[in-house]
Amino acid sequence: MTDSRTTATQSAGSGADSPSLLLRGLRKAFGDVIAVDGLDLEVARGECFGLLGPNGAGKTTTIEICEGLTAPDAGTVELLGLDWATAAAALRQRIGIQLQETQFPDKLTVEETLRLFRSFYRRGLSVDESIKTAQLEEKRGARVGTLSGGQKQRLAMACALVGDPELLFLDEPTTGLDPQARRHLWDLVERLKQAGRTIILTTHYMEEAERLCDRVAIMDHGRTIALGTTPQLVASIGAEHVVEFAVAGHEAGGAQVNAALLTAIPGVQSHRVDAGLHQLSVCELHTAVPLIFAALDGQGLHLSEFRTHSATLEDVFVSLTGRTLRDE
Amino acid sequence: MSRFDTSSLFQLTSMRFRLFLREPEAIFWTFIFPILLAMGLGIAFRNRPADVLQVGATTAQLTQALDADKGLTAATMDEAEGTRELATGKILLLAIQRADGVAYKFDDTNPDARLARLLADRAIQTAAGRQEPVRAENQLVHEAGARYIDFVVPGLLGMNLMGAAMWSLCFSIVEARQKKLLKRMVASPMPRWQYLSSFLLSRLILLVIEVAAFLGFARLVFGVPFRGPLWQLGLLCVLTSLAFSALGLLVSSRAKTMEAASGLMNLVMLPMWILSGVFFSASRFPVAIQPLVRALPLTAAIDALRGNMLQGMNLGQLAMPVAILAVWLVAPFAVSLRIFRWR
Repeated sequence: MTDSRTTATQSAGSGADSPSLLLRGLRKAFGDVIAVDGLDLEVARGECFGLLGPNGAGKTTTIEICEGLTAPDAGTVELLGLDWATAAAALRQRIGIQLQETQFPDKLTVEETLRLFRSFYRRGLSVDESIKTAQLEEKRGARVGTLSGGQKQRLAMACALVGDPELLFLDEPTTGLDPQARRHLWDLVERLKQAGRTIILTTHYMEEAERLCDRVAIMDHGRTIALGTTPQLVASIGAEHVVEFAVAGHEAGGAQVNAALLTAIPGVQSHRVDAGLHQLSVCELHTAVPLIFAALDGQGLHLSEFRTHSATLEDVFVSLTGRTLRDE
Repeated sequence: MSRFDTSSLFQLTSMRFRLFLREPEAIFWTFIFPILLAMGLGIAFRNRPADVLQVGATTAQLTQALDADKGLTAATMDEAEGTRELATGKILLLAIQRADGVAYKFDDTNPDARLARLLADRAIQTAAGRQEPVRAENQLVHEAGARYIDFVVPGLLGMNLMGAAMWSLCFSIVEARQKKLLKRMVASPMPRWQYLSSFLLSRLILLVIEVAAFLGFARLVFGVPFRGPLWQLGLLCVLTSLAFSALGLLVSSRAKTMEAASGLMNLVMLPMWILSGVFFSASRFPVAIQPLVRALPLTAAIDALRGNMLQGMNLGQLAMPVAILAVWLVAPFAVSLRIFRWR
């Protein structure tokens, strides 16, 4: 794996030492709405980097600025050591892009579509190779209009890959796909990762970011609010586990649970309630859970739900913003 | 891969071509419809033995006098019935016997009725014994090139060149913009000029087929004349098609939805359908609006096509309409390149 990354880096040519992507002080406003508010990022070669955040966090604006489709109001963008103002044509040859909602012409076949996109690049994969990579062999001669959502998305990936890009941008690659198609696409991205490609993707699915990305930037309101590997981010909230419970009849009673008693338990870091569901961040699960049971019992409460899970990026987002990723 | 396979201009043009050929409706409107229209008009306006006009008269004597004229066929009816027949258009004129002569009842805004008035009066005066002071004889001309079908074929050709160029460009571009395909294309290293050129190239290839089919039909079935040099006619078709492609590009340079684009297209094309002399001569419009009518690209195109086909004029004699078309090619193209929305 490491070997193939080295190869990709060496083939990069000019500016091989520079990071794949470098953003400094990026700002973009649409009218009164500030979409990106002073963003700094650096993505290394061979890295799979995720921009995670709820809808409207500024992910798509950020990635489209990186792709040279939107001009920033302020800040610098450098890709592969080049910038859009002076090296747009060269950059277009070296990056691959999958946009959020492209509809390819329904009446062209998969092969014709790829042959068209291949013709835009001086070098790249053969049409056959890109069809194989995207596992569309059986659909080679099928018209785009007859493809399923997952197959269309894999075609979009194939179009992004056909120029054999050094840097691949994927904007919400699995949004709107069913779980099976989503897993299929994840497999595809993982294979690309293993082949050493640098990938930058946006998503609002935390499991996608956890599974695919080496490093994740969590975005909210146009800023990064956290940056690191998934384990680093989870560790940053000070507790690896989350205990969730609900008590019977909470709708009627309201604040029957004495939060102070719970947070007094050793190992419990924090407590929050969301629609009747209590969440505790916990670091010593095995000792804390019996004490939590005892505390609730002592308050005369009956549990209607109780579960624990390892903390995820979702919990990181919740602990940083007090909202869930799915909040609109 | 062959050289063609790797040429993006070739790939873009063949994409346009494929998409067109896979759209049966587009084939109908581009190839079949103009031929059907020419056929319909050709049949409706075929050279009949000079029109026989229906007239009525209130006495048998008058009817007999009217029937004697080859251009008229008369029936006897009373005045009330005749008025009804006039109102429903079954007869064009009613000759009413009066004590002191004859009264003609007809609509003087209808050219056929005015003609019926002249014929009827001549027939009745002749029957009453009028002698013509000047001897006259008729030399009849039924020559190709002077018939309505000869007049209307260049008009239909111009209209068809306009519709095909504008719709094909506008529809494809706005659809690609709406489906974010345009954005995806400019996110790739595709040269933008090639995207636009692919429309012109595929249009020019289709133009050859389309014009050949339509004019071939007009020639074989109606014997429509081609008096000017054919290569100049071809050049005029290309110029017309390019001018309307530029106009189509301008119309579709900002529109984000098909609905908005269709509205704009109709706004641009409707005045030309009416004013540019497709079905009748544009010189029938009032003098005050003639400069406007003459400046329209379709008027210029049709004038040039008619000049070439019917009058055998060469490009030098058609300098004015050609210059107008050239302006319509350059100006919209320049403007649309500036304001074109790629996403």
